[in-house]
Amino acid sequence: MPDAPGLELIRGEIEQDHPGAVLDTGFEHGCASLAIDPAHVLGVLGWLRDAPGQGYRFLSSLHAADYLPAEPRFAVHYELLNRDRVERIRVKALLADPGEDSLPEIDSCVELFPTAEFQEREAYDFFGIVFNGHPDLTRILLPEDYVGWPQRRDFPVGGEPVTFTYNERNYG
Amino acid sequence: MAELAERTEVMTVNIGPHHPATHGVLRLVVDLEGEVVKDLRPIIGYVHTGIEKSCEDKSYWKVIPFVERMDYVSYFFQMEAFCGAVERMIELEIPPRAKYLRTIFLELNRIHSHLVWLGTTALDLGAISMLWYCFRERERILDLFEMATGQRMHTRYFQVGGVIEDIPLGFEAKLREFIADMPVRVGQYQALLDRNEVFLSRTKGTGIVSRERLLELGVTGPLLRAAGEPWDLRKAFDYLAYPEMDFKIPVGTVGDNYDRYRVRVAEMVESTRIVEQALDALPEGPFIADDRKYVLPPRSELSTSMESLIHHFKLVTEGYRVGPGELYYAIESPRGELGCFVLADGSAKPARVHFRDPSFVNLQAFRDMSVGSYIADMICSLGMLDPILGGVDR
Amino acid sequence: MRSRQLRARDMLRGDLEGEELERYVEERVVMTNFDKMLGWARSNSIFPLTFGLACCAIEGIPMAAVTARYDIARFGAEAGRASPRQADLIILSGRVSIKMAPIIRRLYDQMLEPKWAISMGACSSSGGMFSNYAVVQGAEKFMPIDVHVPGCPPRPEAVLYGFTKLQRKIQGNPDQGWRARYGAHGTEEWARGGPRGEPSAEAAKAYLAARELIVSA
Ligand code: SF4
Repeated sequence: MPDAPGLELIRGEIEQDHPGAVLDTGFEHGCASLAIDPAHVLGVLGWLRDAPGQGYRFLSSLHAADYLPAEPRFAVHYELLNRDRVERIRVKALLADPGEDSLPEIDSCVELFPTAEFQEREAYDFFGIVFNGHPDLTRILLPEDYVGWPQRRDFPVGGEPVTFTYNERNYG
Repeated sequence: MAELAERTEVMTVNIGPHHPATHGVLRLVVDLEGEVVKDLRPIIGYVHTGIEKSCEDKSYWKVIPFVERMDYVSYFFQMEAFCGAVERMIELEIPPRAKYLRTIFLELNRIHSHLVWLGTTALDLGAISMLWYCFRERERILDLFEMATGQRMHTRYFQVGGVIEDIPLGFEAKLREFIADMPVRVGQYQALLDRNEVFLSRTKGTGIVSRERLLELGVTGPLLRAAGEPWDLRKAFDYLAYPEMDFKIPVGTVGDNYDRYRVRVAEMVESTRIVEQALDALPEGPFIADDRKYVLPPRSELSTSMESLIHHFKLVTEGYRVGPGELYYAIESPRGELGCFVLADGSAKPARVHFRDPSFVNLQAFRDMSVGSYIADMICSLGMLDPILGGVDR
Repeated sequence: MRSRQLRARDMLRGDLEGEELERYVEERVVMTNFDKMLGWARSNSIFPLTFGLACCAIEGIPMAAVTARYDIARFGAEAGRASPRQADLIILSGRVSIKMAPIIRRLYDQMLEPKWAISMGACSSSGGMFSNYAVVQGAEKFMPIDVHVPGCPPRPEAVLYGFTKLQRKIQGNPDQGWRARYGAHGTEEWARGGPRGEPSAEAAKAYLAARELIVSA
């Protein structure tokens, strides 16, 4: 893990190429994270992947999260891993909720990390986050005609209440 | 010849979701030219259970049984990923005995998972008797699980803070018996398969993907190691008792299906060694942390101490709160990097639980493994890929 | 053993007579009716569909229950069939998602009568612990189930117990299809029209007749 000063260094270097890209840095539970502006996501990810001395070449996981009461509401998390130094860094692209009728958008990183293909589709499926430039952005786990984005915080869990017939029928 | 070639056309075949060779409810849409796979699209989601959503509705300690049911062959790993993540968030150190017990159960589970894989994959390749042999050993592992935890599958044995109960009397002797037997049994499997002409010609040289491509696709676990990349989170990161264990990482050379088979079989033996070492070095002491804020007080205290009763009541009804924060914690499951992302918002329920499941990511490599090969090799590659559809779909 | 065989041969040849023959018949022959015999034969030669959905599949018929320790062959059901057209028992071993439900229904419709269904585990019986947007709360919602096996996952012994219960059931009322058993005339897929267009005139007539049956019952 880059430690807190190391993270500030990374931030400074990214700022040189992409001014305004890094919104915040965080360091919690031994894990560094960069909060970035979604407009610069490809630039930052590409820099972390290719810049000498960085080499975060392995995208472990891509997932979305919904921080409902907070603003900006959505975030796409990229868990990057440098396998030589065994270091992880999390990049969070913060996405504002564009309202009821439109969906939040971000650039797809499939070109940089082909592994993101399924995971971006999953994020689209559950959170309705549109990844521009994704080769095949369709629902992946839910049926194609499903309506709604079920893992958003304001989506009801669904299901049925359990009704017990034990007392009525008096089974032994 | 030319005329013949003109007459062949591409045929699209749908395989699944109910098909005995897809190891669950995976659906494949395959473009075939004759017998050769031209293109392939896996369609998944047929056991999508919404577990991640359900977890948001449950307090932390009730989430554990949910996450177990994702990848239903390696349930201990799911528990460890989730409990480990929560422990790191609340900064709870688990006692050494719990670490060792967890290591033992994780490795037993790894053997179990590989046994299920070996039995079913060999079955697909026509070696039917392997299923019976593998499940014989699997039953012994399940007996051990049942002895310690009371359940064969979905044991809910790991708790935040340690394990729920100490191993019972007689468990160690039974486990030692099993450890002594296991390498012999693995030798038997190898004797059956390693020189079996049919098995060899179906696995050797099929389904090769280069290691660079696998890394690009995010593939981890035995698939990556079979391609010659010694990447194992057990060695790379420091969790549980693995730093103290002496074990090797089997790697392959070419990365064909045969290497995948060899790597997994060798892993079973290595896991047996880890279990043995962990059992030898099993420290005495408590098996669960003694932090009343997060861990249930022992049963015996409930009738004597009012304080314990209050803690117990509070933990059971409301659960404990976890301060706001987020964490990604990854361990090496039998299929690769199993990551758990937990987002806490300060309440007693997680705001998001996400699992980065290795089967889900590895499945992307399936296209690369199969395009250009025969459809029969595709089935072999699918078996060697070892996706567990519960994990893919969650 | 040998002497019994000899006596059987004598009987078939017609060498046994009078009291001896009567005694032999009393000892050796079981009288039954054809239905019962058919039910007995059916119940002991079930071809289950090799069909697994989720965790329960590992413990159920496709895997653990057929292996050596549990050995479903004792009950005559080890011949799993991969095609629904050859199978007469479907075991729903696992959770039924909304995406899978139409497919299961279709598999079930493809099976030939007489057919039976076992729902294995809490999930397929009631949705189990997954009370959420993605899981059908009980397979009973879209197909008839004969035996529910509780557990999460049920032990293989429990599956076998459920299976023997099903055998009893088959022996009890052998020849009715499930529509008669459940009073479900009129639920035939072709009769409902649906996405494939209007039903044929015949189908519509059969549908009306079936409705009649239900209403009058
Ligand atoms: S009943 Fe339990 S074991 Fe069976 S499919 Fe459901 S969760 Fe899995």
